[in-house]
Amino acid sequence: MNTLAEEIKDTLTISVTDRPNANALEHEAIYVLREVAAQFERPVLLFSGGKDSITLVRLAQKAFWPAKIPFPLMHIDTGHNFPETIEFRDKLVEELGVELIVRNVQDSIDQGKVVEETGKYASRNMLQTTTLLDAIEEFKFDACIGGARRDEEKARAKERIFSVRDDFGQWDEKNQRPELFDMLNGQIEMGQNVRVFPISNWTELDVWSYIQKENIEIPSIYFAHKRNTFLRDGLIWSAEDGVVFRAEDEKVEERIVRFRTVGDMSCTAAVESHADTIDKVVSEIRDSKISERGARIDDKRSEAAMEKRKQQGYF
Amino acid sequence: MEVLKIATAGSVDDGKSTLIGRLLYDTKSLTDDKLEAIERTSKQKGYDYLDFSLATDGLVAEREQGITIDVAHIYFSTATKSYIIADTPGHVEYTRNMVTGASTSQAAIILIDARKGVIEQTNRHFFINNLLRIKDVIVAINKMDLVDFSEDAYNDIKADFEELMGKRDYQDQKITFIPVSALKGDNVVNRSQNMDWYKGQTLLEHLEELDLQDIYNVGTPRFPVQYVIRPKTEEFHDFRGFAGKVYGGELSVGDEVVVLPSMTRSKIKAIYFYDTEYQTAPRRSSVTITLEDEVNVSRGDMLVKVGDLPIIDKQLTATVSWMDSNQLTIGGKYVLQHGVNKALAKVDAIEHKIRPDYSGIEGNVSSLNMNDIAKVRLRLNKPIFYDRFKEHRTNGSFIIIDSRTNHTAGVGFIE
Repeated sequence: MNTLAEEIKDTLTISVTDRPNANALEHEAIYVLREVAAQFERPVLLFSGGKDSITLVRLAQKAFWPAKIPFPLMHIDTGHNFPETIEFRDKLVEELGVELIVRNVQDSIDQGKVVEETGKYASRNMLQTTTLLDAIEEFKFDACIGGARRDEEKARAKERIFSVRDDFGQWDEKNQRPELFDMLNGQIEMGQNVRVFPISNWTELDVWSYIQKENIEIPSIYFAHKRNTFLRDGLIWSAEDGVVFRAEDEKVEERIVRFRTVGDMSCTAAVESHADTIDKVVSEIRDSKISERGARIDDKRSEAAMEKRKQQGYF
Repeated sequence: MEVLKIATAGSVDDGKSTLIGRLLYDTKSLTDDKLEAIERTSKQKGYDYLDFSLATDGLVAEREQGITIDVAHIYFSTATKSYIIADTPGHVEYTRNMVTGASTSQAAIILIDARKGVIEQTNRHFFINNLLRIKDVIVAINKMDLVDFSEDAYNDIKADFEELMGKRDYQDQKITFIPVSALKGDNVVNRSQNMDWYKGQTLLEHLEELDLQDIYNVGTPRFPVQYVIRPKTEEFHDFRGFAGKVYGGELSVGDEVVVLPSMTRSKIKAIYFYDTEYQTAPRRSSVTITLEDEVNVSRGDMLVKVGDLPIIDKQLTATVSWMDSNQLTIGGKYVLQHGVNKALAKVDAIEHKIRPDYSGIEGNVSSLNMNDIAKVRLRLNKPIFYDRFKEHRTNGSFIIIDSRTNHTAGVGFIE
């Protein structure tokens, strides 16, 4: 009944012009995004303005063209964002014609739901979780699409593509659903939600190469620029905007830097770099000796920092 | 860049983590901060070598117990390929994790401790990789340094393994033996200075040369419809695109197709990837297809070429790997997810189950426990459109969902 057809390269790195010339990772991510739209009633794409969520937006555009992206974007705003990121976000949303929901960590603080951290390493990164969980409840989202990747951190390496969270937003890492072949099981109970990670299998370099190939616009802080900074624990911190706590003896100096990740300003350090174009950034990442999250102080709190945060509902 | 997914299975004792660590280290894939963290923790624990398992065992419980519990994904790349290793635990209670890791992999590495030779665990890994029809299996005979790099020791193990191979169901599986020492770095990335008698490739050389074209079994094209795209805008007023991923073969504009289950015939009008039209959609591409005629197509339907129909049936027999703590029982009702299609399923019979030590089969079974593998007969509430697993990896497999818990409780490979 079946005949064995001629095999085609599995990876789709095909140079024949009459076929889509793309990579397997891109097609996998598009497949996942379509599963989300089909399996869930109220999905949302969590958008931070960082390169990973910008990549997700491009993939979603491709997945549903010529229709608009069939779900809103949501930004959990710590109030400590780089101003460039916010500008960028608003412009992108207008171009796409999609709905943007913004929920503020400041509101959670004002409502007394969370308490602002104090001291030298104070950060709003942890506080985001409460604001996120409240927003999920408010809008009854059943699927939240995020740009996390398994290569970022070793607890994330264990994450599923469809990762079920309970009513409290918690991740039960020891009882995850097996994911076989391409099949994604999105069946959940009322109150549960699924975190979806379409670019799970991408590496940092894959994301940058994709941005380069697709010519995707990203916030300017990813490129080398002059900035007033100070050193602490061997990391370079922004001395602008007054968000990062700086002791008086921590001297401000102008450096040429860029950011490899764009998280909350209070926990994102810069790296010294002269990479001021996408091509230079890609070659810098290719030669890099330090991992991406090496400049994320939130991971350095302990060996299991990420796993603990994820159990509590963090992305 | 080509992406190659590899499954490994084994316990810490086999040196699996060390092997992966060695691959990362010798391909210079470990960044300074990660390497430092490994050095620091190894020292704290009083080890006199670098414990690479610290790079792969990501959960607290795993580090505490020194075992791998779950599938971990490890990434590295060379100038020619990107590699994703699905690293799974090897003990019998983790059979389900091994099946999971193997399901998304194109090649597998089976590790054997040269001092112990072929053991029950080896048997299990081989059985699973053969069941899942992984085309390329590498048997890495590790810890050669502890048997004085002896060719005889290597040959003995090879002979034992070849005996297992005689019993396998999938005879076309390609098997390559490589003697290695992960700890010392022999034949992993760099050639061994200690085993002149071995003329074959190193592990990485072998992986680099794997021809991806040969890795999957190929069937005829199957296009399960995931989602119907209807923009409802002025510009695309009448656009009805069927979004999905192409499996098994390619589809081209002008191909005559049948829509299942309605059996309506039409022709492919256009193939889109994003805003560009293409003549052909290759295997595993996520495209959007429009048809010449106004036919009713919805999620779960399937487009196939005229003359290439799959089996359309409400009954099937499959080898099932059970993954849930709740037993599978005869008469039990479940949701069957076949690709993106769903049906209700009832277990009619358990024909036999594989003995846990793989020494044969046993009949007269009324239920399956977690990690059991068995041949099961299912009856569905509606026909699905499937191929036999040996002919079509994707269209020949399904998952079983327990609707009481919504858990993915098992996976089946259709006979």
